Amino acid sequence: MMRLELVKRPQRSMLFSALSPFIAFVLTIIAGAILFALLGVNPLKAFQIYFLEPVSQVWQLHELAIKAAPLILIGVGLSVCYRANIWNIGAEGQFILGGIVGSSIPVLFPQFEGPLVLPLMLLFGMVGGAAYAAIPALLKARFNTNEILTSLMLVYVAQLFLDWLVRGPWRDPKGFNFPQTIQFNDSAILPELMPASGRANWGFVFALVAAVLVWILMSRMLKGFEVRVLGSSPRAGRFAGFGINRMVFFAFMLSGALAGLAGISEVSGAIGQLQPVISPGYGFAAIIVAFLGRLNPLGIVAAGLVLALTYLGGEAVQSAVGISDKVARVFQGMLLFFVLGCDTLIHYRIRLIGLAAPTLESAPKLEEAR
Amino acid sequence: MDITVNILLTIATAATPLLIAAIGELVVERSGVLNLGVEGMMIMGAVGGFGAGYLTGSPWIGLLAAIALGAVFSLLFAVMTLSLATNQVATGLSLTLLGLGLSGMMGTSFVGQPGARLPNLDIPGLTAMPVIGRLLFGQDPIFYISIALTAAVMWFLFKTRTGLTLRSIGDSHTSAHALGIKVIRYRYLAVIFGGACAGLAGGHLSLVYTPQWVENMTAGRGWIALALVVFASWRPWRVLAGAYIFGAVWIGQLHAQAFGIPVPSQLLSSLPYLATIVVLVLISRNKRLTMMNTPASLGQPFVPDR
Repeated sequence: MMRLELVKRPQRSMLFSALSPFIAFVLTIIAGAILFALLGVNPLKAFQIYFLEPVSQVWQLHELAIKAAPLILIGVGLSVCYRANIWNIGAEGQFILGGIVGSSIPVLFPQFEGPLVLPLMLLFGMVGGAAYAAIPALLKARFNTNEILTSLMLVYVAQLFLDWLVRGPWRDPKGFNFPQTIQFNDSAILPELMPASGRANWGFVFALVAAVLVWILMSRMLKGFEVRVLGSSPRAGRFAGFGINRMVFFAFMLSGALAGLAGISEVSGAIGQLQPVISPGYGFAAIIVAFLGRLNPLGIVAAGLVLALTYLGGEAVQSAVGISDKVARVFQGMLLFFVLGCDTLIHYRIRLIGLAAPTLESAPKLEEAR
Repeated sequence: MDITVNILLTIATAATPLLIAAIGELVVERSGVLNLGVEGMMIMGAVGGFGAGYLTGSPWIGLLAAIALGAVFSLLFAVMTLSLATNQVATGLSLTLLGLGLSGMMGTSFVGQPGARLPNLDIPGLTAMPVIGRLLFGQDPIFYISIALTAAVMWFLFKTRTGLTLRSIGDSHTSAHALGIKVIRYRYLAVIFGGACAGLAGGHLSLVYTPQWVENMTAGRGWIALALVVFASWRPWRVLAGAYIFGAVWIGQLHAQAFGIPVPSQLLSSLPYLATIVVLVLISRNKRLTMMNTPASLGQPFVPDR
């Protein structure tokens, strides 16, 4: 029988701080190999299909960028929340509301064309996401309501609202009763970056720009300092005169706006109309992206690409070896587990204590009073 | 009269999984641990319960499998948060995400298959009694377990020494540790109990409520159970009341949809989630109530010094 014991490091380990995402990734690969073997698939072959083939051609890299863009946009916003110790887990709902509010322009005014359409849509998307995120922020700031539960409940509400819109008032009258809106007109479609080689659109550029801007905010500006102080020590933050309630609104609405931008970019770029389902769980996968990227906007860009690959790989193994594409969600979940576990190494040394060699401390003590 | 009885029975069926999952989480939170993985453990219980019941043909084996799978799955959370001192919020979230993915993968071949259903209680003479017969003696076995579980947890937490110890750990793990109490061991057991309860709640969904496997069939019930614990300000009997109120909301919106009330079905479907938000706001605006009852060390990692 072995026992784990954590020994606090005098200061955080820079080595493990840098290494832990990679250790986590290797552990995920090992666990994934076991999983594939259990499913009766040769792990090496599966990994080739899962991780290499989806990125072996130029057009596939475009697909990777399409999947990575929303993950990075949302993940960057969430990192600000989590740094401030504010738990927005409803990004999926803010993504949907961004998609809905942004789409209101091409759906309600299909005749409206020109260069103004797209910027307005993106703005509307951000406003929609931010406004939806303001609900849990308001409830937390005003009534001290747990933001984890309220933001999550609003995801279900947003999904049902979208479902109602595309089956009811916003359904394409000429769409043979399919639950979808009209196809957006050309000026409401987010342009492709390099149409000659693939489908990737401007959403990926938005993601990179957002990552750089948030990185500057967090590392070079007072507001970023405020976020970090309030996150690590709310008391110290209050002494410094930082308002916790203002921070709740700031973090929620920033992440909501970015999730909303991701939503409208996805609808206008990758889909071209509203459907009952517009996200394969980007809002939740982005939580993993945020942690895998160590809550650092630049790390999140890399993490977003990794998670995007798990989506593509899931689709690839489904069509190639007939494993459910749910395997992608399993990979994502395992990855987050290992990342969190490896993060322990930053602050603690792990000692294994075998019972064979008792130390003074582990010598039998008096049983606690019954 | 018959209609009233039927509605009451369906409310009990809808409330039972919420009650069981929330009672389990209540014990976990009383020990100072916040496990946000209820939804994940519940869906694992649902897929495990359905799978074992379907493959063996015995819903009772399914029931045991649901409990076992929930408990084993919660062990993952326990090792991470208790032995490795990881962030409880993030770890709980990842447990939910992993559970939703894993159950979807495990259940691929179960979709559309007819499942085994746990039989309702049937006591000759008693069950046939008018009105109260079916309410008291004709429900599914997990209903009786849920009521007994609530009573047992009340007794355990407030009438036994071990329960007192558990609550003291939740209020101050450092003091408890200084008194020589094995904080981590207590918390391991609490988390596993919570996992077993969540698994049982999931098993109720796939063995009683709708005996089939549908992906994401928990539909946020695990999260509502978490909200119920806050709503109940960590009191078992209030969890019971809350679960039945939510069961009524859940059934009420289904009946409203069936009657064809001229309101979009999606709006009715969103009522349980909206009700959760409203209830959370109502309870948390009363600062005194929540502050006094929240276990003081809830969610904080604990690393014993040597």
